Amino acid sequence: MAENVALTGNDSAAYALRQINPDVVAAYPITPQTELMHKFAAYVADGEVDTELVRVESEHSAMSATVAASLSGARACTATSANGLALMWEILYIASSTRCPIVMPVVNRALSAPINIHCDHSDTMGARDSGWIQLYSENCQEAYDNAVQAVRIAEHPDVRLPVMVCLDGFILSHTLEGLEVNDDQDVKDFIGTLDRPDSLLNVDDPETFGMFTLQNYYFEFKKQQVDAMEKVPAVIEQVGQEYGELTGRSYGLLDPYRCEDADIILVGLGSTTGTAKQAADDLREEEGLKCGVLKLRTFRPFPAEQVCRVLSGADITGVLDRAVSFGLGGPLFHELRSARYGETAPMIDFIYGLGGRDLSLDNVKDIFRSLAEARDSGQTEPTTRFVGVRE
Amino acid sequence: MSELLKKDEMKPGGIGQGGSMERRYTGSWRTFVPITDFETCIQCLACWIVCPDSAIPVEDGERRETNMHHCKGCGICAVECPVDAITMVREGEEDDE
Repeated sequence: MAENVALTGNDSAAYALRQINPDVVAAYPITPQTELMHKFAAYVADGEVDTELVRVESEHSAMSATVAASLSGARACTATSANGLALMWEILYIASSTRCPIVMPVVNRALSAPINIHCDHSDTMGARDSGWIQLYSENCQEAYDNAVQAVRIAEHPDVRLPVMVCLDGFILSHTLEGLEVNDDQDVKDFIGTLDRPDSLLNVDDPETFGMFTLQNYYFEFKKQQVDAMEKVPAVIEQVGQEYGELTGRSYGLLDPYRCEDADIILVGLGSTTGTAKQAADDLREEEGLKCGVLKLRTFRPFPAEQVCRVLSGADITGVLDRAVSFGLGGPLFHELRSARYGETAPMIDFIYGLGGRDLSLDNVKDIFRSLAEARDSGQTEPTTRFVGVRE
Repeated sequence: MSELLKKDEMKPGGIGQGGSMERRYTGSWRTFVPITDFETCIQCLACWIVCPDSAIPVEDGERRETNMHHCKGCGICAVECPVDAITMVREGEEDDE
C-alpha cells in the first residue's frame, strides 16, 4: 500500500526507478545526479530489481547503451545532469528519432564554464529541440510521480518517444521531503509491460535499425516525429488523470495556481514555482495584489493553447527563466510570447538563478510588484530583466 | 524508379526491412581487389568469418569467389588468411598479376 516516506529528490527518482524495474539501466555519475544512481545501484546489488546495470565510461556511452537496449525491446532508463547531458547530445537525437521510449531523470544543473554544480535549466533547455518530451518537477513528490507516469507516456503506442523527468539540482535532488509513494504492485500494474513492435534481437524477421535515408526519405521520418509530439498532450492528460484515480494526485500539462481571477500571472518551471505560489498568497493577503502562478509541468511539447487560455484574463504576465539563450533572452519567455502572438497584454522576462543563485521569497515578491508597476505605468521596458545579478 | 512511400506508409523510427543492402551495388567503393589463389586456399573459412560485408559466399562447406558486387576491398580477409592465399591488388590491375 501507499506510504509516507522522507526522501530526497534523488532518492525519490531512484525509488520510482526501483518500482519501474527497468530491464536495463546504463549510467555514468555526475553531480548532482550521482546519488540517484548510487541509490539505484544499491537496489541492483540488493536484488530488489531485475535490472542489468551497465556501468559505462561516459554519458555518450550511457545513452548509446540505453538506446541499444531500448531497440532490443528492453525497458531502458538512465539519468544525468548538465555536462553529462551535453555529452549525450548526439545520441539524444538518435533516441528520439529511432522512437525509443526511454525515461531519463535529469537533475538540472548549470553548464560549464565556469564550472558550477548547482541548479539552472541551461542543460535541458539546450535539449529542447532534441525530440524528447520534457516534464518539470516542482518538488520531490512530483519528481517521483513524473518518473512513474513518464513510462506510460513514453511507451504509449501513439507516442513512443523518450521523456526527460527534470528536477532541480540540489534544491530538490539533495533536499529531504515528506512524500507519498505508491505500492510496488500498483506501479507495476499502472505501467504494465513494454510492447515494442520491433526488436534488434528478432533474428527470425531481422530488420535494419538506424537506416540510412537521404533526400527522398529523411523528411518523412521527421514529420512522423512532429506528428507523434502532437499526440503527446492528450496522452499526458490521460495518464495524469489515471494516475490521479490511482493515487489521488492528478496531473495535467499545467498547474495553474490562483490564476482564475489573477491580474498578474508569473509563469515558471520547477521548484521556483513553489516559492512563487507563496509569494502570490502573501501579496494577495498583504498588498491586495491579485497574483497567480502558472507552472508548466510540460515544456515539450509546448502547451501553447492551454497556456494562452490560462493567461487570457491577466493584465500582465511575467516569465521566470532559469536559463538564457545568448543573443535572444529567456527560452520560456520567447516560446510563450510566440504562443501568444497577437495578444496585447504585456509580458516581461525575468532571468534568474543561473548557477544555482537563490531566488528568495522577497525576490519573487519584488518581481510581482515590478509587474504591477509596469502594468500601472504602462512602462514595460526592458522586457528582459536579470534578477539579482551585480552590475 | 518505384513510387516513394508516403509518411504514414513508413514504419516509424527509420526501421525497415533487414538485409536490403544485398540489392545495392556497392562494389564501386573498392580501391583494392582481393585475388584468391584457390590452389593455396585450405578452405578454413576464416575469411568468411571476418568479412564485414558478407561478401564471401560459401556453398557445400567451401568458399567460392569473392562477391565483387559487395566487396569493399578492405583487405581483412587477406590479412587474416593463415596461408596467404589472398592478395590485394589495385582495382583495374588484376590482370597484371
